[in-house]
Amino acid sequence: MDYNAIGLVAGIEIHQQIDTKEKLFCHCPTALRDTAEHSGAFFRYLRATESEMGEIDRAAQEEMKRDRKFLYYTYDTTCLVENDEEPPAPMNDEALSLCLTIAKMFFMIPVPQVHTMRKLVIDGSNTSGFQRTALVAVNGALPRGGQIETICLEEEAAQRVKDDTFSLDRLGIPLIEITTSPCMHTPEEVQQVAEYIGMVLRSTGKVKRGIGTIRQDVNISIAGGARVEIKGVQELDLIAEVVRREVQRQVNLLMIRDELKKRGASVDYNDHWDVTELFRNTKSSILKKAKKIYAIKLRGFATLVGREIQPDRRLGSEISDYAKVCGVGGIFHTDELPAYGITADEVSQIKKCANALEGDCVVVIVGANEKQAGCAVNQVIIRAKKALGKNPVPEETRKMLEGGSTAYMRPLPGAARMYPETDVIPVIIDDARWNATTGPELLTVRAERFTKENGLDPSMARQMAFSERLPLFERALQEGVKANLAARTLIATIKEIQRDGVAVENISDDTILAVLHAVETGRAAKEAVPDLLRSMASGSTVDDALTHLAPSVSREELESIIKKIITERAEFVAQKKKSALGPLMGVVMAEVRGSVDGKVVSEILKRELERALAKNP
Amino acid sequence: MAVVKLDSGYNIGVDPVSCTFVERPPSSPAKQLEVIQNNNLPTLAIVSTGGTIASRIDYRTGSVTSQFDASDILTAIPELKDIANYRTIPLATILSENMTPAIWQDLARAVYDEIRNGVKGIIVTHGTDTMAYSAAATSFMIDTPVPIVFVGSQRSADRPSSDNAMNAVCAAAAATSDLGEVAVVMHATTNDDICAIHRGTRVRKMHSSRRDAFQSIGIESIGTVEYPSRTVTLKESTIRRGKYKLALHDNLEEHCGLLQFYPGMSPDLLNAYQGYKGLVLAGTGLGHVSTTLIPRLCKLIETGTMIVMTSQCLHGRVCDRVYDTGRDLLAAGIIEGGDMLPEAALVKLMWVLGNEQDLKKAGTLMQTDLKGECSSRSPHGL
Ligand SMILES: [Zn+2]
Repeated sequence: MDYNAIGLVAGIEIHQQIDTKEKLFCHCPTALRDTAEHSGAFFRYLRATESEMGEIDRAAQEEMKRDRKFLYYTYDTTCLVENDEEPPAPMNDEALSLCLTIAKMFFMIPVPQVHTMRKLVIDGSNTSGFQRTALVAVNGALPRGGQIETICLEEEAAQRVKDDTFSLDRLGIPLIEITTSPCMHTPEEVQQVAEYIGMVLRSTGKVKRGIGTIRQDVNISIAGGARVEIKGVQELDLIAEVVRREVQRQVNLLMIRDELKKRGASVDYNDHWDVTELFRNTKSSILKKAKKIYAIKLRGFATLVGREIQPDRRLGSEISDYAKVCGVGGIFHTDELPAYGITADEVSQIKKCANALEGDCVVVIVGANEKQAGCAVNQVIIRAKKALGKNPVPEETRKMLEGGSTAYMRPLPGAARMYPETDVIPVIIDDARWNATTGPELLTVRAERFTKENGLDPSMARQMAFSERLPLFERALQEGVKANLAARTLIATIKEIQRDGVAVENISDDTILAVLHAVETGRAAKEAVPDLLRSMASGSTVDDALTHLAPSVSREELESIIKKIITERAEFVAQKKKSALGPLMGVVMAEVRGSVDGKVVSEILKRELERALAKNP
Repeated sequence: MAVVKLDSGYNIGVDPVSCTFVERPPSSPAKQLEVIQNNNLPTLAIVSTGGTIASRIDYRTGSVTSQFDASDILTAIPELKDIANYRTIPLATILSENMTPAIWQDLARAVYDEIRNGVKGIIVTHGTDTMAYSAAATSFMIDTPVPIVFVGSQRSADRPSSDNAMNAVCAAAAATSDLGEVAVVMHATTNDDICAIHRGTRVRKMHSSRRDAFQSIGIESIGTVEYPSRTVTLKESTIRRGKYKLALHDNLEEHCGLLQFYPGMSPDLLNAYQGYKGLVLAGTGLGHVSTTLIPRLCKLIETGTMIVMTSQCLHGRVCDRVYDTGRDLLAAGIIEGGDMLPEAALVKLMWVLGNEQDLKKAGTLMQTDLKGECSSRSPHGL
């Protein structure tokens, strides 16, 4: 696809949890907990309030369509601030400093005074009904062109456990939000920029690692389309695919609109009928349970509602997402019927009832009550009207589905959702503080240095620099361990034994270092490293593991072991001559069980073998 | 620093010197939504005094202050319309720490007028800090045939999680119920499930920020309101609607004080109360102060100050007959405050001294249960 021709414009927002000692607005640790460990629970209702602008935000209104009660889990590591029962503490200074450091790495300008705002979020993920967020710096630059617009310091939302149940351990962890300008024009460019920003963030060594600790939101539009924000892309590798699929979706929605226009399609609120009675004796279990069933005729929509606009997504999926806001499970439409236990006969009855012509599509709404079904009818009509309107791509916030397609979440939030957090005093960033802020060495620069100064091959150096075990690697170097040994152990060996099912998370950094030191001092052979780590993963101490797996063998002992082996196998040696070296090597190594470096063994064995052969040629 | 609001909605602070005046934005008049009332429902009066039941952001200071009048409350909490019809009386818009006995009197008069005009119940919106004082003052000043319900919120009304809406809905339910006394209705737990109805003379704010800060001390709460069902349940001992005839006794003697004793407290501090008509002491334990204070207390009593002893334990009653210090205090002429809360005792003392000139009779009144503020029995378990 020629992305230039279709006018792709994209920007990204990156949310990265940072690894501070305490949360952003309270003194709780930033520890993530197992929900089974929760110490208590409470529930609340949230309601949209008049914001600073005097109007309720449209995204908030959307949430308000549902009467929702939220349950929250508390822990011995959460406090009244997370419960929204105590005013927030002053903004965590460690988090602000890190935010400034990152701002400096992107050549940004800090704001003179940081004001904390309340961003209205009433989906339950914040007990207060708002997320605290502060703009810290503006106008940054990316190395290959492109701008970072803003960097904000925010509090992380509570983790959804299930449905309307949330876990408060995550609420309040500091989150850095980096927003680029809409400066990218190809899917690959979006992914590269995301990767670069992620690399800069990790260069600080102060960001949280693991699934969910970094999330990318992507803003995408094409010419004739609309700005769509895709939330929470967790896998970096998927970003380009998400962009490609969104472009495809917008292109298809534009095409569908043109086709609808050509057909003279129309949507009318009066084109809906109560068909509950029709299904009195249905065999479909879903329809049987329904208290209210409506049919809505979309004139001229036949086959287009069922047309794929993205892998596994149809215009029907979009309409269905809108209806789900009212609490219904989804919709049926005649493009996909008969199916789901609805018979061909029932389909023709629906069509008859709606006076549907060949080219019409009939949507069926199944509601638990009149209110729900009525709400869904409105939503279906609203979405269907958009499909044939001037802007057939609605401005939306969407969520990513597995594989990279997306589903509607809510309308784009307006600016009205922000108002000042009056409980937090603004913080001044003066010149002294900004000038004292320095950025750390980038991971890419560090990788080059590992190659140049420490002799790692470039691929290993890069892996090491980007690894979570980078701090341990640097510590090992500092303590005199050779770079190759340390890198090979931390990158390759640990991964290998992990693949065998060894619980590597049980091996502490100190233990790994002790093993590396044992190899460096000749106490253990490097061949013994995997076995030593394996043994320590299952609980042995360093000393035990060394004694058991690498008992110390002196040079004299080694020489006598080798002599003994050669004498015992005199016949074999006489037969194989010099080529006995290889097989004998294995015998000796098995005997010394990893306590001597293979190079030393081979050296002595070679000498002793030559000596033996010289005696009995 | 000058605060700039960016298009994104964020505020930042910048040096005012770097700002140039462009133009003053047109002021957008606050739209007043018309509140449609249902005349088939009972009429309640909402008397607003300010506080976080109705607060807004002050752009000048950037802080949350009380600014709405009662009609804004109806716009903000539409469920109230299903419970009653409302008359709204904006009495004051103050933070409750700025409350005064003079405003208590205005409040009592306004409430009295509304009841005389026939409302079925009163809701007083009030900041939570001194709500218990105002509730106690109203209890003493009015004999009421209808519920007078004080309500507020612990978390500001501008946030989606505020307790204001549920508290107000439960207060309206209580104000239309069979209740017949002055009460405080606030969250009973941290959940949005139940509000407790507390007697106005027995309630105390016991936490600075939690939703369930208000607790009945010395007695159980006198009822509950479930949310969202709005089911009101009253205890058997709770006074029912219509038991008392409407009467207003709005005199208060403002020259009364409340002093908490602490170890090492200088007797000189008592000099400040010279000329006061009354002083409530929050003593230690059973109601003690150090012996060094006794001569000064004697002098205050001799010069006409009535001194009432309460306990800073809050729970339990004073008894000055057990230890020597106590017996010395009794000999000096202090009055034991029974199981009254120190704050309730202060308000009662103002009311008693405002209405009874005879000190002996006043002393007896201080030890008589007037509005459920004290009792002769201490039920166990409380
Ligand atoms: Zn906390």
